[in-house]
Amino acid sequence: MECPKCRGRMRTLDRNGVHIEQCDNCRGIFLDYGELETLARMESQWAQQHYAPPPPPAHGGPVWGGHHGGHHGHRRNSWVGMLFSS
Amino acid sequence: MIEELARLARRDGPVTVLKQTRVLVVRAGDVVVKAHPPDTDERALRARLDAAANLPGVMLPPLGLERLDGRLVTIWPAGDALTIDDVDAGTTPWEEGGRLLALLHSRTAPPELPPAGGPSRLPRAMADLAAAGVPGPVAAPIRAAYATLPPDRAGGTLTHGDWHLGQIVRHDGAWLLIDPDDLGAGDPAWDLARPAAWYAAGLLDPRDWERFLTAYLSAGGTAVSTDDPWRELDAPARALTVQLAATAVATAARAGEPPDDAAEALVSACRRIVAATEAET
Repeated sequence: MECPKCRGRMRTLDRNGVHIEQCDNCRGIFLDYGELETLARMESQWAQQHYAPPPPPAHGGPVWGGHHGGHHGHRRNSWVGMLFSS
Repeated sequence: MIEELARLARRDGPVTVLKQTRVLVVRAGDVVVKAHPPDTDERALRARLDAAANLPGVMLPPLGLERLDGRLVTIWPAGDALTIDDVDAGTTPWEEGGRLLALLHSRTAPPELPPAGGPSRLPRAMADLAAAGVPGPVAAPIRAAYATLPPDRAGGTLTHGDWHLGQIVRHDGAWLLIDPDDLGAGDPAWDLARPAAWYAAGLLDPRDWERFLTAYLSAGGTAVSTDDPWRELDAPARALTVQLAATAVATAARAGEPPDDAAEALVSACRRIVAATEAET
């Protein structure tokens, strides 16, 4: 198959069971119908496995406990002082 | 006062002021000298120093007690304190904190020790909230949560009374608790209540909280039950949440600033305490 962009030679590669064509010359990639969606689905499954929320704490929490979101915003405010003072 | 304190250290080397609040703490060479508030009860302080001297491997032992301008002055070996860098790097020794508190709680308080100072900080924080000119709508959820708190549980366990990350140092390669100013007989769950309140407010990373609590329980800590630690923690953690919220908004008001994210998180926790109490009754 010939690259539709630069007329280079396309090589068939296997990526996670999906056959894709890549141009040897410009490195451009050609996907068949449905293959982009297949790759996107596999990526989201991988992300779910690797970035799953941490399991609930082993020792529970109070009924009035709050949400634990990002903590980065707290780093330089009174929270840091609170860790070290009465 | 700083120079006179440094002289009491009887050490050469640079002098650094570590703290200047109600107490004045100065480091000179390898010694730390602390001037206690003028109204300090000498008998209580002596009993607390004796207790600290008899807790090898758990608390830093004092080097001496002196007097300067009518103030009691204690002298200590200088340890390495934790810094914000430790928190940022994730190297906070939560496990050591849990282990040391578990060891402390395995002791019965000597009869001459006064009650632990933890619970008495809450009414002080509420008085501070009233005095700081905090706007009514900001203070209201804190006051409402304060009104829902159950009475304190008494206890006869040796309790630190003021534990936070500034109360652990490394000395000669070992981590030790410092500052026996609030040491006494009490409900030991109060020593876990400040991190518990941080956790419940969403400030402390749940993983850090679990490291601390798991280490405490693994070391035989008796303040809370293994199957349901919040049975004992809930009441003191509510009290500490109110205390920390009151202190945070009072400090912001005095600085002429609005409450920051951490203060807001604690005030939100106060609102949830009120809601939970209404749901319970």
